[in-house]
Amino acid sequence: MRVTFSANGKPVEADDVWEGESLLYVLRERVGLPGSKNACEQGECGSCTVYLDGVPVCACLVAAGQVQGREVRTVEGLAGPDGELGVVQQAFVDAGAVQCGFCTPGLLVQTDALLAADPQPSDTDIREALSGNLCRCTGYEKIMDAVRLASARTCARGAEK
Amino acid sequence: MQGQKNLQKIHQASKDGVGGSPLRPDGTLKVKGEFAYSSDLWHEDMLWGTALRSPHPRATILSVDVSEALAVPGVYAVLTHEDIPGEKYYGLEIADQPALAIDKVRYHGEAIALVAADHPETARRAVKKIRVEYEVLTPITTEEQCLDPETHGYVHEPHEYKSHAYGNVCHEQKLVSGLGVTDEVRALADVIVTGEYEVGMQDQAFLGPESGLAVPAEDGGVDLYVATQWLHVDRQQMAPVLDLPLEKVRLTLAGVGGAFGGREDLSMQIHACLLALRTGRPVKIVYARDESFFGHVHRHPARMRYEHGATRDGKLVFADCRIVLDGGAYASASPAVVGNAASLGHGPYVIPNVRMHAIALYSNNPSCGAMRGFGAVQAAFGYESQMDRLAEALGMDPVELRQLNAVTQGDRMPTGQEIDAPAPVAELLQRVKDMPLPPPLDPEHPDVRTLPGALSNTSHGEGIVRGVGYSVGIKNVGFSEGFDDYSTARVRLEVIGGEPVAMVHTAMAEVGQGGVTVHAQIARTELGVEQVTIHPANTEVGSAGSTSASRQTYMTGGAVKLAAEAVRHELLERGRHRYGWTRDDLSLAGGKVVSASAGVLIAIVDLLGDDAIEQTREHHHRPTVPFDKETGQGFGHVQYTFCANRAVVDVDVELGLVKVVELTAVQDVGKALNPLSVVGQIQGGCTQALGLAVMEEIVVKDGKVRNASFTDYLIPTILDTPPIPVQLLELPDPHAPYGLRGVGEAPTVSATPSIVAAIRQATGKALTRIPVRPEHLTDTL
Ligand code: FES
Ligand code: FES
Repeated sequence: MRVTFSANGKPVEADDVWEGESLLYVLRERVGLPGSKNACEQGECGSCTVYLDGVPVCACLVAAGQVQGREVRTVEGLAGPDGELGVVQQAFVDAGAVQCGFCTPGLLVQTDALLAADPQPSDTDIREALSGNLCRCTGYEKIMDAVRLASARTCARGAEK
Repeated sequence: MQGQKNLQKIHQASKDGVGGSPLRPDGTLKVKGEFAYSSDLWHEDMLWGTALRSPHPRATILSVDVSEALAVPGVYAVLTHEDIPGEKYYGLEIADQPALAIDKVRYHGEAIALVAADHPETARRAVKKIRVEYEVLTPITTEEQCLDPETHGYVHEPHEYKSHAYGNVCHEQKLVSGLGVTDEVRALADVIVTGEYEVGMQDQAFLGPESGLAVPAEDGGVDLYVATQWLHVDRQQMAPVLDLPLEKVRLTLAGVGGAFGGREDLSMQIHACLLALRTGRPVKIVYARDESFFGHVHRHPARMRYEHGATRDGKLVFADCRIVLDGGAYASASPAVVGNAASLGHGPYVIPNVRMHAIALYSNNPSCGAMRGFGAVQAAFGYESQMDRLAEALGMDPVELRQLNAVTQGDRMPTGQEIDAPAPVAELLQRVKDMPLPPPLDPEHPDVRTLPGALSNTSHGEGIVRGVGYSVGIKNVGFSEGFDDYSTARVRLEVIGGEPVAMVHTAMAEVGQGGVTVHAQIARTELGVEQVTIHPANTEVGSAGSTSASRQTYMTGGAVKLAAEAVRHELLERGRHRYGWTRDDLSLAGGKVVSASAGVLIAIVDLLGDDAIEQTREHHHRPTVPFDKETGQGFGHVQYTFCANRAVVDVDVELGLVKVVELTAVQDVGKALNPLSVVGQIQGGCTQALGLAVMEEIVVKDGKVRNASFTDYLIPTILDTPPIPVQLLELPDPHAPYGLRGVGEAPTVSATPSIVAAIRQATGKALTRIPVRPEHLTDTL
């Protein structure tokens, strides 16, 4: 089948999609957006988290056909128009929250969604919101730092405006 | 005056040099989703490979029929061991593992045949059409069965042994020091405690699946882009199987999503290359998660028996230890793991009389090999549990007991090896003890998300008891027992765009640990330049050894330092020659050649001109020797590293649920080349230890893996992981580059026992098996 949808604001189409393919496979192997990661392909690790119509979902659990006509935003769509890093992306780099980085794309999308809903989450809120995203390298401490940093920067920017 | 000030400024250590915490060079790509991990690779015309894996842990293969699979449209090749052009066996230490099963399978998930097809799903469907006839045999899985081959049979027939193995024993190491353990020695102790301990099979569970892309080359060779820990050792094992000379098997590191030892053995490397060479097309293999659980070796499960004796005032008199590691079907790194368990298995303590026997078994369980902590982890659970038991028997504080017996510089290990660098074990414990405790649980207003059971809302604070536990551990750094461990680095200095730029080329596998950051820091420091580029790691430069054993900063970092020093030397020689400099107080700083007394002599760009300087150096560490087979004596380890932990836990004693509230670590790192990364490594290491303590285990029943998925094999989430405060000590090791100490493994060795100790303190249970499960806490086994 053919699937057409919008990815990071641009229309894309994929041909010859087998009906069992996931959105994750289509993004990674057909559309040239390998940023979302394939760690379990079972909805357990969160590495493949993308926005689907503004809601974070595990792309590995979404059948390709389900995204027909809808809007997908991936980690590749988090940077600004000139490629400058978004607040959450920069905070992850600055805080040392990226080691191997395989969990990072999913965590970035989930954190972006968290801060959009609640710019000043408590530590426990952060842990709850990110509990579906596994990271094997960092021990999460620096990820906590990164989210706190992104939150502080977001709020500081809000205050400036 | 102004000149002096400028000179100071020039000499100011770059904040991006050694000791600073510059950001990762690959960080920006990684947060943009643009970093190419091995599973992201793509090639025009590429095919997808996958393997048929055995559903049985032990069986004779009567026949394999691939004709139906070959007939599936879109399938380009189906291969069995008969299609292997060269050697059929490979292995890290002992070549006992067939690249594809021959006549028998020895573990659940062993690869039997390969398929290449135009879509991963086509390949998977074709695999299902391969017909294999088995004669299923009873697997040999328990210690008792393994040690009685007359009754239960052999995993490898005796004539198949390729090393010193005998009767399902893959490797063994004995050790005796002092008077050993005799009745007379036992009589010297006022208190004796004995314990039997068990450690489950842990998995590395890196997130990036095993994957890579093999591209057939015009010269008949093959180029493999792959996530691995050691490019050169992969190539060494691959080339004979592919029947190609080394230089026709070229490996380039693709982005690695974590490793932790699980990528030290080959997984898909040979398979992808066989398929690419057969089809003449690029072949990509990406393991699914269940295949990843089957496709790599795990941490050895262990059964241990410890007996410790001490005087009434707490001085250790003797230790008697037996450690049995289940190595599974193939040897992998078992011999080295046994060496570590035997030589580090008494912990960082002075014990006058020791007897130790460590063995690894062949069984029909999954193969076990390298995982972070490598043989020291299992033993630490044993000896630290014993320390707590002994403290209780003596009525002593467990930290004091440890401090009283702690090794220090100048002491000898039970191997007879003198500890010739700082060993601040007692101080680490003191510091971890002195760090502030987290606030007590607020019984009035608990946030259920912070309680055991957390989001499941199983308790509102009732039935919850808090406990605190301590531990310390010891780990060796680098490869031991006479292995000529070395690493190679090439450093080039040239002018690009009017700036001096250093290029660092090594074959080091960056697996996430941050080696690339540190290499740039070293080049900056040694060459006084800001701009450093890191060349992609490949086999065009000499081996860097493995990214394991906490050795890469020590070994490859050391090689980068040597090569950079050689470049500096050549540059200064050029200046001496050209300008007749006679001073010997020259250095490179701030992009200039500087004399401590006379100030700036010339800018590096002017001295260098168009004539780049390139130097390649190998860094070998000081030699070690194999341990004596019977006595375990010998200078076997290059360096020791130590970490101490304190765990605070809340336990719901009704439901048996544990929440680790805080896990504190204090570690001596010798010199923190990059404090941010070092702390990150320690926190990550502690979290894997937490996993082993309370949740992580590959459940194997009758040789079959029951939980090969992230649904059933649980690794800690951010909700399971507490704050991990870290303190660093920096006591330089005089034998190491910059005085540094390997960092990555020590916390994984030491942290698990502290958590179990804390749970014991909260519940009063003996807890002799990890992971601790709710059944152990509620007596509902
Ligand atoms: S890859 Fe989708 S949740 Fe793991
Ligand atoms: S950084 Fe490796 S999995 Fe998170």
